[in-house]
Amino acid sequence: MRVTRLDNGLKVLIQEEHTAPLASVWCWYKVGSKDERPGLTGVSHWCEHMNFKGTANIPRDQVKGIIEQFGGSWNGYTWIDQTTYLETATRDALDRMLFIESERMASCLYHPDDCESERTVIISELQGGENDPDQLLDQELTATAFKAHPYRHPTIGWLADLQAMTREDLYGFYQRYYVPNNATLVVVGDVGTDAALRRVEHFFGGIKPGADIKRLRTVEPEQTGERRLTIRREGTTGYLKVGYHAPAVADAQFLPMLILDAVLTGAKGLNLWSSFRVAPPQRSARLYRALVERGLASSVSGSLLPTEQPFLYSVSVTATEGTSLGLAESALLEELDRVRRDGITDAELVKAKAQLKARLVFDSDSVTNIAHQLGYFETVANVDLIAKAPARIAAVLVEEVAAAARAVLSPSNRTIGWFDPLPVGNGNLKSAV
Amino acid sequence: MKSEAPRSGLKPARTVLENGAVVLAKEARTTPAVTISLALRAGSIADPVGLPGTTWLLSRVIDRGAAARSAAEIAEALDSRGITLTTTVTRHLFTLVCTCLAEDFDPVLALLGDILMSPSVGEAELATRKGEVITAIRQDEDNPGVRASESLMALLYPDGHPYGRRTKGSIEIVGSLTRAQLLALHADRFAPGELTAVAVGDVDASRVQDSATRVFGGWRKPSPAPIRLPPVKPATTRRRLVIPMMNKSQVDIAYGFTTISRRDPTYYAFWLMNNAFGQYSIGGRLGDSIRERQGMAYYVSSALDANVVEGPLVIRAGVSPANVERAVASIDEEVTRLIREGLTPKELDESRRYLIGSIPRALETNAAIANFLQTEEFFGLGLDYDARLPSLLDAVTLEDANAAARRALDPDRATVVIAGPYDDQAILCL
Repeated sequence: MRVTRLDNGLKVLIQEEHTAPLASVWCWYKVGSKDERPGLTGVSHWCEHMNFKGTANIPRDQVKGIIEQFGGSWNGYTWIDQTTYLETATRDALDRMLFIESERMASCLYHPDDCESERTVIISELQGGENDPDQLLDQELTATAFKAHPYRHPTIGWLADLQAMTREDLYGFYQRYYVPNNATLVVVGDVGTDAALRRVEHFFGGIKPGADIKRLRTVEPEQTGERRLTIRREGTTGYLKVGYHAPAVADAQFLPMLILDAVLTGAKGLNLWSSFRVAPPQRSARLYRALVERGLASSVSGSLLPTEQPFLYSVSVTATEGTSLGLAESALLEELDRVRRDGITDAELVKAKAQLKARLVFDSDSVTNIAHQLGYFETVANVDLIAKAPARIAAVLVEEVAAAARAVLSPSNRTIGWFDPLPVGNGNLKSAV
Repeated sequence: MKSEAPRSGLKPARTVLENGAVVLAKEARTTPAVTISLALRAGSIADPVGLPGTTWLLSRVIDRGAAARSAAEIAEALDSRGITLTTTVTRHLFTLVCTCLAEDFDPVLALLGDILMSPSVGEAELATRKGEVITAIRQDEDNPGVRASESLMALLYPDGHPYGRRTKGSIEIVGSLTRAQLLALHADRFAPGELTAVAVGDVDASRVQDSATRVFGGWRKPSPAPIRLPPVKPATTRRRLVIPMMNKSQVDIAYGFTTISRRDPTYYAFWLMNNAFGQYSIGGRLGDSIRERQGMAYYVSSALDANVVEGPLVIRAGVSPANVERAVASIDEEVTRLIREGLTPKELDESRRYLIGSIPRALETNAAIANFLQTEEFFGLGLDYDARLPSLLDAVTLEDANAAARRALDPDRATVVIAGPYDDQAILCL
């Protein structure tokens, strides 16, 4: 992989992969929901939507099809630390992909009519998420676990902010953060590095850098006692979540925590784009045996995501029909307290490392996934972290996992959330011919 | 054993074992990993009469103990290698899929063979998995998207047609199923002649064939009689079903028709028509109208599932309760415009270029290739199907695609299901 920085500050990562006649281009921006102030929650995600609406040199009605004509796919996503856009297509579309990303960086239009039309699309996306009680609980638990840091609000934003935000709010945010000195461009695929870099310079070299960005600097104060919330709504199934403040990706305790999570719920790997689409190997994991194998839960999962600043390690449980959330919580906390007290065994460490070794291989099975990993880690920390992850995981000691468990899994560091379903009051079918 | 010489772009090596099992191997060296896919022609259409959900429950318990290995031993064998074993049930196929490191290929294939051929279905395991399935059914009951889709299929395929049944079954049936019933289903439907074993990845084709022969070669059992599916009767009138779920925020709409079987010669015309209508870029014409121009939905698209018999074309949209009638009217309008005016030559050409151009990307990963090869084998498309696919799509004319639309789509014969915080009677009363 070659790492270059253009004069305007744009960081460029290029890696040749000649296994298929494809190339994947990702453009990453260091802006996510953590950069949003109160009243503008959801603005980074809304900007992401607006940045597919045409540019100065790509008319609105020509956006559709511009990559599809090369058999390609495109997408984008926004989360707490980052916003990113991608295209993967045949290698002869490289110029087209770079052109699109250069336009997105400098020339989006934010037409007022498009802003209004997208408002209802995003509110529809929000409402779709609320249909899922598990997702609703996750949102509320995060908001309870953080009382100061902007990680507390959902990336999609709060409804009232989405209803009130203006075109000027959106465009101002775009102009501030979509600058080359706040971005990383990644190219992976069947390309030559020198030639690809020349094309990157051609498309991006003329974009002017932006002003230095002043970041929000809130540090979440240490949690001093257990927090709880209960959502009581009509539903059919009980959900339980426990969230602990956890180390950021560059923290020395992050990888020991990743191994601890593998022991508790099975290893997921480190690819936010692909890892969570396949369930982890977890049949012998501690929490699976304590909850699912005992019939208390139909599923249990753990989540430790690589983030720039300390976020959450969370465990999610779906209670089986007829199991009280109190019973499920007791079984869960008993196991978490046990691992905090006693740590893990050498055999568990060996198994967790084997799982993570396999998952890191599986995470890199396409040019799209490889490019994601390079850009993601460069954006939330630095790209060296992913390159060195296999060796650093192999070097983790059982004592380090025990220390991480003691530091993170304390009762005063946790927030417990329940979705306690009330009986559903309707649901009658109505048909008409 | 007989072998056929590879001819296609993918060039999979195909072997038929003496007992009828088919083995497909494709070498791919991108990562030191192998995807294994074992598909049995024993999907949910094989559920015993009156007992939908039996195959699904078997799929939940089949990997929890075999004749020679306990559930704990299977768990350890998978987890210690970082392997997630996924069992899926569609209408026609019962499939075990996993990806493993290449160094683990032989023992993992042997493990999967044990699971597939000789499940033990222990009583304790069965009780635990029943609890999981019943919980999943309860979750489905609270999910407007699932309610809309399942209800649409029940209306399109009425009178107990296997395509119209809920794959998971009902709480009552799942609760009543016994170990003996699951083992009887396995004994009836699982046989080597029904098996296609696919391995794609960093492993020699000869090693795949040798290993598959060792694992499955000794399995001796005649194939069961094929299951005859009832004929599919297209709807003759428009039907509408509202499922009020007032505890939800968004409404899911499912709007559909029965179409054609996968072997119908017009399949590629249907495929292109559906792509232009409800998939291309963000949801084709439907996306242009309902998401992009009107801003009514985060998602809207159509999906074609041509199958062994006439499968459905289903349009799906998620909208706010206030926009339900507008969204349904917009779908009606787009369907009407499609059958009256047809696609434009540009639309057809764009979809064609996209579908042909996307083949390398669609066949990039081991898992994607394995899935493609299973489809190829199930429908008898031929080992060179990936190489022939561009010419099959090229041969479709504008009139072919428009005729496909006219043949299957008609707002007056649409079946519409609306599930979510919406009650049309209440709206009318306001």
